[in-house]
Amino acid sequence: MGQNILAIAEIRDGEFRSVSYEIIYQARKLAESTGGEAIAVAVGSGITEKAAELGHWGAHRILVLDDPRFEQYAPEGLTETVLAAAKTYDPSTILFPASRRGKDLSPRVAARLQSGLLVDCTDLEISEGHLVATRPAYAGKVLLKIRPKTLPAVVSLRPKAAGKPVRSEESAGSEVVALSDLNLEDAQLKTQITGFEAAAGKKLDLTEADTIVAGGRGLKGPENFNILEDLAEALGGTVGASRAAVDLGWRPHEDQVGQTGKTVNPGLYIACGISGQIQHIAGMRTSRNIVAINKDAEAPIFGLATYGIVGDLFDVVPRLTEELRKIKDAEH
Amino acid sequence: MKCVVCLKRVPDTGTRIKIDSSGTAIDDTDVEWIVNPYDEFAITEALTHRGSDGEVIILALGPEETTKEIRTALAMGADQGILLQVQRPPTDPLQTAQVLASALKELEFDLLFFGCRGVDDDNCAVGPMVASILDIPLLSDVIQFDVEGSKATVQRETEGGHEIGNMPLPCGITTQKGLNEPKLPSLPGIMKAKKKPLEIRPVELPDSSLEIVEMSFPPDRPPGKIVGEGADAVPELIRVLQEEAKVL
Repeated sequence: MGQNILAIAEIRDGEFRSVSYEIIYQARKLAESTGGEAIAVAVGSGITEKAAELGHWGAHRILVLDDPRFEQYAPEGLTETVLAAAKTYDPSTILFPASRRGKDLSPRVAARLQSGLLVDCTDLEISEGHLVATRPAYAGKVLLKIRPKTLPAVVSLRPKAAGKPVRSEESAGSEVVALSDLNLEDAQLKTQITGFEAAAGKKLDLTEADTIVAGGRGLKGPENFNILEDLAEALGGTVGASRAAVDLGWRPHEDQVGQTGKTVNPGLYIACGISGQIQHIAGMRTSRNIVAINKDAEAPIFGLATYGIVGDLFDVVPRLTEELRKIKDAEH
Repeated sequence: MKCVVCLKRVPDTGTRIKIDSSGTAIDDTDVEWIVNPYDEFAITEALTHRGSDGEVIILALGPEETTKEIRTALAMGADQGILLQVQRPPTDPLQTAQVLASALKELEFDLLFFGCRGVDDDNCAVGPMVASILDIPLLSDVIQFDVEGSKATVQRETEGGHEIGNMPLPCGITTQKGLNEPKLPSLPGIMKAKKKPLEIRPVELPDSSLEIVEMSFPPDRPPGKIVGEGADAVPELIRVLQEEAKVL
């Protein structure tokens, strides 16, 4: 088994998503431990020119498949492409971002290789020559250290978990190699994605946001989430919600943070009118800083919060927004 | 339509998880078990696509006690259940997918449903793995699903919005919250479920591709502090966020 690390970049609308740089950066770190190469795989339409960028994030070699059939997500074609790259470059690990696509694609690859799959990992290390991954389970209530028993290990890495990647001015001197001899037939590409509809007013997905302002039952109604929208805007953040708020129909389900929603790990999580049920805490406890604003001084969320304000969120949140806007205006 | 729903039995999401003496698995002595919440969307969706001459089969891998969760699905309206019985369900999604796939090969279904995620191991992997093994199309995180003739049209949740796609039958989906409102069992449904066929087949698991070295609790967060009461505490909050946390 080789020592190379394959990193499968994610491309949407002809652009690399930032999670691509995170996994290539991580692949480079692993390759330095194993003594192999960090090899990026980029599959998309009209991407050949842009692919060299991946060298700045640590790729020794960049394999490119530039094909109009990959303008949108094409799971069967991507699976075949990754398998072909794995056959040629004999990696010990294949890294994916634990994004929606990465979590859909990596199991397909693992199943075909009959290899161990390690999902949503927050840390990877090479111990005595073997990969050991750390990943949460039960929505973060426990952490698992897992070793793959079959190689190559197929791994997805949780966005933002492994630290910020650093772009170096110098490229790693990487070679861009066209993947051209796959002979993919249209009939193999049974699943077709034909379009994308952007969600209204969402700039950034919760799983990738650096700042989240979340609301719960304490908001008293859907119309009051505008005060959280205002605070999120002042902070450049995204709005989330507790299961209670989603189940009451106040917010769409994609806003839900918790065990039956999303697991998030932003730098700043502001919980407004959220009591802090175990279900919710499971989804946000790895946030670097948690601010709780709640009327009830006994609410369990205060046991978890880095900073708390006991008070009525309808007074506190608008005041916070106002003060933050003043600071922003003073900077301009 | 002949529909198969793959169901998992999981600890209730309100469960306080304990680790057993091996240090590599949960202690399941006081655990209350439920149908995986995402599988409820899968069962409900299958029922809407069954039609007058179709059927909905529930396929589960787990210990004998899983018959309780299968009966719940039958009470929701499914027609029959198959339990692939093991002592303890695997935590390796590849083992689960391999066992399910070999049972599915004999079922000749039109539509295959999975919850998008088991709320225990959080792998989100078994659906795409099974599709890959069976070589059928599948889309995950589905929030809208329409079937016309031999083609399915789908909306799937992704970062920042929805992707729209289609695929030929037979095909599979993994179901995401938002697809439908789960149909809770009715009292007549519960009575009827007792008489519906439920087959128990003992199965052997293939070798695991993973080894859990250690299961632990995440480190406690360092104790926080209350910076004050009411809106007057806002300047102090901004100060600590700027100076201590350095996030502003």
